[in-house]
Amino acid sequence: MIQVLLWAPVVVGLVCFVVPRQGIRAVSVAGALGVLVLGIVLVAGFDTDTAGLQHPVDEEWIPDLGVRYQLGVDGISVFLVLLTTLLWSAATLYSAFRPPERPRSYFFMLGLAETGVLGAFVAQDLLLFVLFFDLMLIPFYFLVGQWGGRDRVAATLKMVVYTLVGSLLMLVAAIATAILVSEQTGELSFSLSYLQANVLSEGSQYWIFWFFAAAFLVKMPAFLVHGWMPDAYRAMPIPVIAVFSGVLAKVGAYGFLRVVLPTFPDATTEFQEVVMVIALASIVYGSVMAFTQTNVRLVAGFSSLAQLGFITLGIFALRPDGADGAVLQMVNHGLVVAPTFLIIGLLAERSGTEDLREMGGMAMRAPVLAALFLIVTLATLAMPGSSNFIGEFFILIGTFQSKLVYAVIALIGTPLAAFYAIRLYQRTMHNRLPDGVESREISLRDGLVLGSLVACIVALALYPGLILERGEASVEEVLQPEVVANE
Amino acid sequence: MSFQAPDIDYAGLSPVIALTAGLCVVLLAGLVGRERQRWVVSGLAIVVLATAAGLLIWQWGANKDLVEGALRLDDLAIAISLMVVTAAAFAVPLLLREPAAEERHGDILALLLCSTLGMVLLAQAQNLISLFVSLELLSVPLYVMCGAALRRASSLESGLKYLIVGSVGSATLLYGLAFIYGASGSTDFAAIARGIADRGLAEDPLVLIGIALAVTGLAFKVSLAPFHQWTPDVYEGAPTPVTAFMSVATKAAAFCVFVRLFEVALEPSVDTWQPALAAVAVVSMLIGNIGALGQDSLKRLLGYSGVAQGGYIAVGLVVAIQNGLESLVFYLAAYTLMNLAAFAVITIRERDTPFGDDIRAVEGLGGERPELAWPLTISMLALAGLPGTTGFIGKLFLIEAAVEGDYTWLGVAIVVGTMISLAYYLRVLAAVWMRPAATPVAGEKAPAIAGGAPEADVVAVTPPRGTRCMLIIVPTIVVAAATVVFGIYPDPLVDWASEAGESLGLVL
Repeated sequence: MIQVLLWAPVVVGLVCFVVPRQGIRAVSVAGALGVLVLGIVLVAGFDTDTAGLQHPVDEEWIPDLGVRYQLGVDGISVFLVLLTTLLWSAATLYSAFRPPERPRSYFFMLGLAETGVLGAFVAQDLLLFVLFFDLMLIPFYFLVGQWGGRDRVAATLKMVVYTLVGSLLMLVAAIATAILVSEQTGELSFSLSYLQANVLSEGSQYWIFWFFAAAFLVKMPAFLVHGWMPDAYRAMPIPVIAVFSGVLAKVGAYGFLRVVLPTFPDATTEFQEVVMVIALASIVYGSVMAFTQTNVRLVAGFSSLAQLGFITLGIFALRPDGADGAVLQMVNHGLVVAPTFLIIGLLAERSGTEDLREMGGMAMRAPVLAALFLIVTLATLAMPGSSNFIGEFFILIGTFQSKLVYAVIALIGTPLAAFYAIRLYQRTMHNRLPDGVESREISLRDGLVLGSLVACIVALALYPGLILERGEASVEEVLQPEVVANE
Repeated sequence: MSFQAPDIDYAGLSPVIALTAGLCVVLLAGLVGRERQRWVVSGLAIVVLATAAGLLIWQWGANKDLVEGALRLDDLAIAISLMVVTAAAFAVPLLLREPAAEERHGDILALLLCSTLGMVLLAQAQNLISLFVSLELLSVPLYVMCGAALRRASSLESGLKYLIVGSVGSATLLYGLAFIYGASGSTDFAAIARGIADRGLAEDPLVLIGIALAVTGLAFKVSLAPFHQWTPDVYEGAPTPVTAFMSVATKAAAFCVFVRLFEVALEPSVDTWQPALAAVAVVSMLIGNIGALGQDSLKRLLGYSGVAQGGYIAVGLVVAIQNGLESLVFYLAAYTLMNLAAFAVITIRERDTPFGDDIRAVEGLGGERPELAWPLTISMLALAGLPGTTGFIGKLFLIEAAVEGDYTWLGVAIVVGTMISLAYYLRVLAAVWMRPAATPVAGEKAPAIAGGAPEADVVAVTPPRGTRCMLIIVPTIVVAAATVVFGIYPDPLVDWASEAGESLGLVL
């Protein structure tokens, strides 16, 4: 089943090339929804009690290199898979209502991207993970470069070069890891469980750790390596930015949990504080930038950067509570940032601008849109009662337990989030309606897309245990080496 | 006293015989009938190449010495020969409407087959004499083919430049071979190795000078930096189908003899030449990738990219003893597939647009001609080593071989080179997909023809529009598809490459 889930999107994308022109949208929407159903079935059938892999697939792929085609989901990845399928369905629907030029290639690229992301989440072989990690960039290069806004070609080139440089370094590091391990054990294998059972010597871990960390931090992006983000976010088409910021950013954080923590435990403990400092810097910098930007996309983009800082902080607290919160927060953030961008798209359609200063008064004749946006905003700023609140709470508990000072500084991020999230809402929805801006209610079709995403936010707020319970066992396993080291 | 007839292994020689006979037939067929000549000789050439390929496959696994040990037909030779034959067969339809051929298709195709014959022999060469003779046999026809577009000054320049530089390379190589012979007292590769080892000459200046000159000479042929300067100019000037052929076939054959000469004959001096070749590899990657950055001419761009790719392949050569040979063969095969697709697209666009091989020729291709845009896209992504293509798997093999052979820094160099290369490969893709089709500015003329000779310009015809030549497009799509298929399911190609690699008996 996991195989079908993984390959269905790209197959549907290929089918788009052969169906007649008017059927393309129907086929791709049906495909995306079908994959979503598979994702739901995967979660529903998930066994909560074990930490191990479920639905494992293990076959030879390139025996000469010790690369295996190994897939599986555990408590950490299963919800990220579901999030991916959900956001891709939303993005596909949103795109289908606004038919792009050259729809065949567009929907093919969208499908290829989904396969790439899902592959990164379910791969259990280090090299397979790296492969999917690189692969997902190709469709985004084309999606941004062909269907993006102003300066798209330069922006997409910058994005691809930044992220590929990171992931190519990761490729070398992955190969070096496997070969160094094989020199100890005599067997060449990239299987994650094998690499985690035979840990490298400390000295090698130290340099390899940074190769991986670089790739993941660029992808998120974290402070200092976020240079590609503003340009790329300005140029991306709305549905693409929704999935990009909703899911791709999480792949970086997920990579830390899946690869770095269990495979390089000594290096992780050694560099814990360095990464935490980067995370704190991301929180503060992202929040301040989000507060000062006037482009609505960049407000959301920098807020994303701050949120990813929180997630990184939770992971590198190296406590089960922190990591649990981080897993929950990954899903939460994906669920709020995607509708935020979709709403931004709707607002831009109504006002003809993406400048916060020229917007306003949109709530006048669009109460439903305003209500949906308000829920999303409150979730973004982690209002008590929202699931984001619980996620941040766990992250901070974990951080308090391990490094008190960092937790105190991170607390600053929370009120700042309230500032920028409410500012975004107020400036667009309230105030006087400027000339040329039309206050129009959300259409039924868009309402359906947004409404279901918001419903997920609300549902998760009522029952965050859905994720916490399933993630717990896996998170503890991932953190095992570090916890042992701490004691 | 009875005369002992030499024992001739006709089965082993059959591919060579087929090519030799075929090239005579094609040459003669070119003399009769001008009307249908083009189709007749092209068909004949394809038949000859297909026969040769069939015979080569038939001999797979034979692993035997031929002609008293002057040639060795092993799986490595066959694998390389198959790449060469594929490239030649691919060039035949490209040449079909080549303006440079001008009703002289018989001559051109005979030259192509002659060069192919030289490469097939070179891949089998196991003796200094057969090495040099087959190297010349492959080079001389190429000099002529590069200058085949008689009405274009740049083509003549290309042919002449290649002739001069190539001759210097050959002379250098020959000089180096003489030193090696002088030191070891033998021309046979295995005997050279024994001679050097027995006499303890591994570090002797005589051998070292020989090695240095041989590396230089062969580096000229495979265009490794710093002996690459001719490459972009010759690639740009030569008729594009010829460039397509020589960019992949020459490289494959010359790398094969590189392997045999160094891994077999000069094996005792491995500690000396390994670092030297490693340095050449790194310099090639850097110079090739940086040189390609600002190129507007696609053929020059691919010329520099070929230098860089040669650097990657040379990594396999450096660590060949530690299973690098397999990665070398695999990467050569991958390189053959991806480069051919790119050159085929350039050939078609050159005839369809007035921009020649300028990058503007492919602008807007994505919307206009998806059947050309996709193969070019796949080819560029594969050359850049992105996952889902053979380029990725090939680089993976090379990096792993490098790390395993204690040359981790070469693996890092490959990655750094790849990063630089993204800038120009993606630039081509940006032109294909993200820019509108370029329209010629009023008053801008098509590239000058005939080097300014007015009488020749009269003959010049405007390039035909909208070449929908299925004979080119179909093979192009096939090689592009193969690039993706073997990128996802590399097993068959890997097995094939590892059998070829093992046949040299290096892997212990």
